[in-house]
Amino acid sequence: MASTILEMRDITKTFPGVKALSNVNLRVEEGEIHAIVGENGAGKSTLMKVLSGVYPTGTYEGQILYSGQECHFRGIHDSEKLGIVIIHQELALVPMLSIAENVFLGNENAKAGVIDWELTESRTAALLEKVGLREDPRTLITDIGTGKQQLVEIAKALAKDVKLLILDEPTASLSEKDSQALLDLLLEFKRQGITSILISHKLNEVKRVADRVTVIRDGRTIETLDRDEITEDRIITSMVGRALDDRYPPREPKIGKVIFEVKNWSVYHPLHSDRQVIKGIDIEVREGEVVGIAGLMGAGRTEFAMSLFGRSYGLNITGEVLLDGRPVDVSTVGKAVEHGIAYVTEDRKTYGLNLIDHIKHNISLANLKGVSRHGVIDDLRELDVANDYCRKTSIRASSVYQLTGNLSGGNQQKVVLSKWLFANPRLLILDEPTRGIDVGAKYEIYTIIARLAAEGRAIIVISSEMPELLGITDRIYVMNEGRMVGEMPTAEASQEKIMRAIVRGESIPRGEMAS
Amino acid sequence: MSTETSPTPRTGVAIEVNQGGRVPVSALVTNLREYGLVLALIAIMIFFQFTTSGTLFKPVNLSNLVQQNSFIIVMALGMLLVIVSGHIDLSVGSVAGFIGAVAANMMVTWQLGIASNPLVVTVLCLALGGLIGAAQGYWVAYHRIPSFIVTLAGMLVFRGLCQAMLGGGLSIGPLPQGFKELSSGFIPDIIGPLTLVPPVVNAAGKTIVGSGVTLHMTSVVLGLLVVAAYTWFGLRSRWARETRGYQAEPFAVFAVKTVVISALALFLVYQFASYKGIPIVLILMAILIGLFIFVTRRMTIGRRVYAMGGNAKAAQLSGIKTERLTLLVFINMGVLSALGGLIIAARLGQAVPQAGLGSELDVIAAVFIGGASAMGGVGQVMGAVVGGFIMGVMNNGMSIMGVNVDWQQVVKGLVLLGAVVFDVYNKNKA
Repeated sequence: MASTILEMRDITKTFPGVKALSNVNLRVEEGEIHAIVGENGAGKSTLMKVLSGVYPTGTYEGQILYSGQECHFRGIHDSEKLGIVIIHQELALVPMLSIAENVFLGNENAKAGVIDWELTESRTAALLEKVGLREDPRTLITDIGTGKQQLVEIAKALAKDVKLLILDEPTASLSEKDSQALLDLLLEFKRQGITSILISHKLNEVKRVADRVTVIRDGRTIETLDRDEITEDRIITSMVGRALDDRYPPREPKIGKVIFEVKNWSVYHPLHSDRQVIKGIDIEVREGEVVGIAGLMGAGRTEFAMSLFGRSYGLNITGEVLLDGRPVDVSTVGKAVEHGIAYVTEDRKTYGLNLIDHIKHNISLANLKGVSRHGVIDDLRELDVANDYCRKTSIRASSVYQLTGNLSGGNQQKVVLSKWLFANPRLLILDEPTRGIDVGAKYEIYTIIARLAAEGRAIIVISSEMPELLGITDRIYVMNEGRMVGEMPTAEASQEKIMRAIVRGESIPRGEMAS
Repeated sequence: MSTETSPTPRTGVAIEVNQGGRVPVSALVTNLREYGLVLALIAIMIFFQFTTSGTLFKPVNLSNLVQQNSFIIVMALGMLLVIVSGHIDLSVGSVAGFIGAVAANMMVTWQLGIASNPLVVTVLCLALGGLIGAAQGYWVAYHRIPSFIVTLAGMLVFRGLCQAMLGGGLSIGPLPQGFKELSSGFIPDIIGPLTLVPPVVNAAGKTIVGSGVTLHMTSVVLGLLVVAAYTWFGLRSRWARETRGYQAEPFAVFAVKTVVISALALFLVYQFASYKGIPIVLILMAILIGLFIFVTRRMTIGRRVYAMGGNAKAAQLSGIKTERLTLLVFINMGVLSALGGLIIAARLGQAVPQAGLGSELDVIAAVFIGGASAMGGVGQVMGAVVGGFIMGVMNNGMSIMGVNVDWQQVVKGLVLLGAVVFDVYNKNKA
């Protein structure tokens, strides 16, 4: 039996008016991969901030024992000295500095303040080899992808002589392939004796690598499961406090006539104008139909959707958009909205919400005309609308005057959805509508989608989670490298079929469609 | 500091949204900040009232105070929108000086016939200000050149043009009396004066200047009308909330607020009325303040500016034409800078090369003291106005006290820093 490297006892942490953690207990054995799961807002990140000293000693109650010693961290510096390194969900890299500079940032190989660049680069190269990243240490962070940036973060942790590595949602923005590589790396570290704590929403990943799983719900530890007890159903039940028999709401599709068509849509990259990103796409969506677009990261799905929505992406856009069989002009966001098209972004914090304003103002933003007359806003009308949509999409907030920046991911997503529902679209494009939100909120989003379809709206769902597409759509398009490489009714689709379409699509010559 | 949202018990489809029933907490906090600022202004005024042995609140000094600072407040209204939209305008002082020089030339040197009429000059100069704003806003909005750089260039260009127009270091004047009324005039007394306390007549049979109280009745009536309208609109909005099923703030709070603000307004009106009446420039300022409060709080265009400042990309994807909106914000700033320049020239009675020099800093300081965020998306008109008055009262009070101009700057700088630190500290605590 391995020894206990970390024990957190009865941790209680309160914010003004909110008890974020109450009597949380966590025990991590040396050399294991310990997963922490829980819904958004359950308190996972708060717990890790307590552990790493982001919330210094004295701001919480309870004890932290590390290698049997009681610790009082006054800041991240203290915890890092003991080899506890946390990698946050939002990467903390400086984009315009090189990999080597980032790896040793704040921990420079320097004598009397003078940096030894040769040592820095050689040590960086060694660390990059360890994490399996083949890049020149002098490459700028901004020039490498998110997956590689994640690896740089890990190299940075290794440079600090890490003993306990904490990863907060490390694969949230990684492609399937990069995610797998990262998980393999964790397993490799385990063989080298590094203990890891993995915070993740993706239960299949947890199942793959974790030795034990601790479930947190509403700021409390629910239970810790051993390796042989880990199943997705078991974890979900524990996370939401009830059995989720159906992860997708039942739906009886009533599909009508074609209302939205795109013909021969082509888009070029906004910076590299010779690079064609979207290569002659045709799609159609019917009334009351939920259509999925599957594909790997970088397939061009978001680019396709955003270029349709008021040319918000790309250059030299050609092709035709037809509504009810008539060509329409969607060259600006305003015109697209007027024609009843709405696009719910995959990145709600950057593109979806004004985080420093409250729910009410965010919901009305895309349809200010609907709450105003002659340019003058009717405050009470707006309040009615905001309350109405908070109810319809079950947004959990203290009031419509809560800042959206303070909401959990699921509730933020519901605010973005509400904003676009209030614009009353006929075609709703949802880009990764459940990314980074918890199981319970996902179900609520699916329910909303089902209801919108039942109202006769046409819906396009872009998603990287294939089970989700299989669970909620009627028909699935498969996209790869800027082309539609497959189309199938969901009833006949499977994950293998979709993957096969993607793989086959890669080898198909230009201009030819596999459908 | 980010806090996780409150863990709510999961009981199916729970609706825990407050239906606007209680007074929204965040709205109360915003108001509190605004009141805090007003309280700070009142505290500063009382402080100077004592240290200047009662000179500050003397009717003649209040008129001076308004006339000296009105151009700062007018330009702060435009600057607020610029800063809320996430930009800055360093050129306003130079533009004001330049417009003053143009106006003086038009009225005094150039002899343009009808175009030398003060009214025509005013209109043309405001239009020219709008053009200048458009020229700067164009680079910011459509070419994404940082506003700091564009307006820094504008600051140099228009100060240079101002001096060039005045023949290098000369001043042009005197300006026509009709034009000077803009800054130094008072509203005419159409009702006629009312003597409350007859002036004291001395032994020689002459009245002692400054004794007795004679009220400028038009000002008094105007003040009463404004207070009545303020109360009426307050009541009407309460009534509208209640009939729509929303609870308004407690009546006691509403009543105290209304009474205090009305009493304050009437006190000031009384002071003005016992001198020469309400200054014309105060009326102009009040109308502009009211207009900008309405635009920022009630109109869609105002809302769009806040959304753009809060998250430009999200605003754009919500169908807001952010480029055009930025251009409009800068045009508005240009027009108000021009108005500021006219007010300065009218007060001095001539155009001078230093007119408005350094005032961009006072204007920006007023907006930040008023609680606007340098990141954009946050800031209130009333905040900027009160911020402007805080700067003005300090200038005025310290001048009366005989504080050296050098030290006045030190104090103003520290007050700016203190106000913003206080603000940030409060936000982090919340």
